[in-house]
Amino acid sequence: MASLKDMRVRIASTKATQKITKAMQMVAASKLRRAQTAAEAARPYAEKMDAVISNIATAAAGSPGAPALLAGTGNDQVHLLLVCTGERGLSGAFNSSIVRLARERALSLIAQGKEVKFFCVGRKGYEQLRRQFDKQIVEHLDLKSVRQLGFINAEDIARKVLARFDAGEFDVCTLFYSRFKSVISQIPTAQQIIPLVVEEPAANAGPSTSYEYEPEEDEILTRLLPRNLAVQIFRALLENNASFYGAQMSAMDNATRNAGDMIRKQTLIYNRTRQAQITKELIEIISGAEAL
Amino acid sequence: MATFHFDLVSPEKLAFSGEVDQVDVPGVEGDFGVLAGHAPVVAAVRPGILTITSGGTHQKIIVLGGLAEVSEKGLTVLADVAISTQELDRTQFAETIAEMEAKLAEKEGSELDHAIERLDHFKSIEHQISTTAMH
Repeated sequence: MASLKDMRVRIASTKATQKITKAMQMVAASKLRRAQTAAEAARPYAEKMDAVISNIATAAAGSPGAPALLAGTGNDQVHLLLVCTGERGLSGAFNSSIVRLARERALSLIAQGKEVKFFCVGRKGYEQLRRQFDKQIVEHLDLKSVRQLGFINAEDIARKVLARFDAGEFDVCTLFYSRFKSVISQIPTAQQIIPLVVEEPAANAGPSTSYEYEPEEDEILTRLLPRNLAVQIFRALLENNASFYGAQMSAMDNATRNAGDMIRKQTLIYNRTRQAQITKELIEIISGAEAL
Repeated sequence: MATFHFDLVSPEKLAFSGEVDQVDVPGVEGDFGVLAGHAPVVAAVRPGILTITSGGTHQKIIVLGGLAEVSEKGLTVLADVAISTQELDRTQFAETIAEMEAKLAEKEGSELDHAIERLDHFKSIEHQISTTAMH
């Protein structure tokens, strides 16, 4: 049985841990707010981009001269999985749920006889995937030194992906990230970005506006498609960032609550032991006095 | 004067949104002004200065490439970067230009052409800013 002193030390250390998790929760909450605002600020741009692209792309998709980013390379033998995860842990199942989704997809693709390559953004995903797919990871990018996610980071990633696509290293690219639904719910998502999946405009939307194009339609499209890639990646990174803090906040909230429970239980045992010891000492004194 | 709705969005934020009289956009194939009731157009934007006129006041915003879309709902400019002329850090801008010049030597073929074109646009922006500042 642990001595009273040992128990006191244990309670004190649990309290210290609770203070840390509590502080982390509050930091995550305030960072979450900032990440959420950033994600919301990026939304109008991405939405407009989607609208314009789908407008032009539906017209161009059928034509034989459509760019490869839109029409694909004609086969789907080699898949690139662009896996975006966080840089840090202590965020519940955030990183592992993204990795799990990517891993399942990779295994099913391999079972179909396809070739799979990985591009990892973020340390945590890289570390988890490295165990199983070390040879398939073609590139790994750390965002640890980035304090404020900027569009430049997304452009950087997009450029690297495009360079590999132009070199013919893969046919299909899928982006994995965690979509931020709410603080308690983040949904790991797979989104195909090359070739681009254009949503069919709703049938009841009426005739779409016929635009004049300056310069020509296909030239705009060739400018726009690489750009759109960067925008999609940027959006994924921002959503991921918000999801990360959301997940961390609820994980730390849980940890704080668990620490509270532990402290209560330990204090109860401590007090019981203390009383038992006092009682024992009293009995010893009394029986000692009686013996005289 | 009839006004129309204008949104200027960059990936990081909504830089401008509101009713305006006129917007002059630096298009790839030349500057063009947009007034209320303009025909639907999708145009690529080159790095340059975008002028917003509303209620007699002018506001100049530097855009570094992007896309402009005019529809019956108004004008939307998707800018790669949008900074107002007051906010621009001129020394940093000059540094960017110097950096671009230095990188020219590494490039070749059509990439070189693009780089030179982009550099020219940047220089003309710098020129315009410095001349307007003297008034």
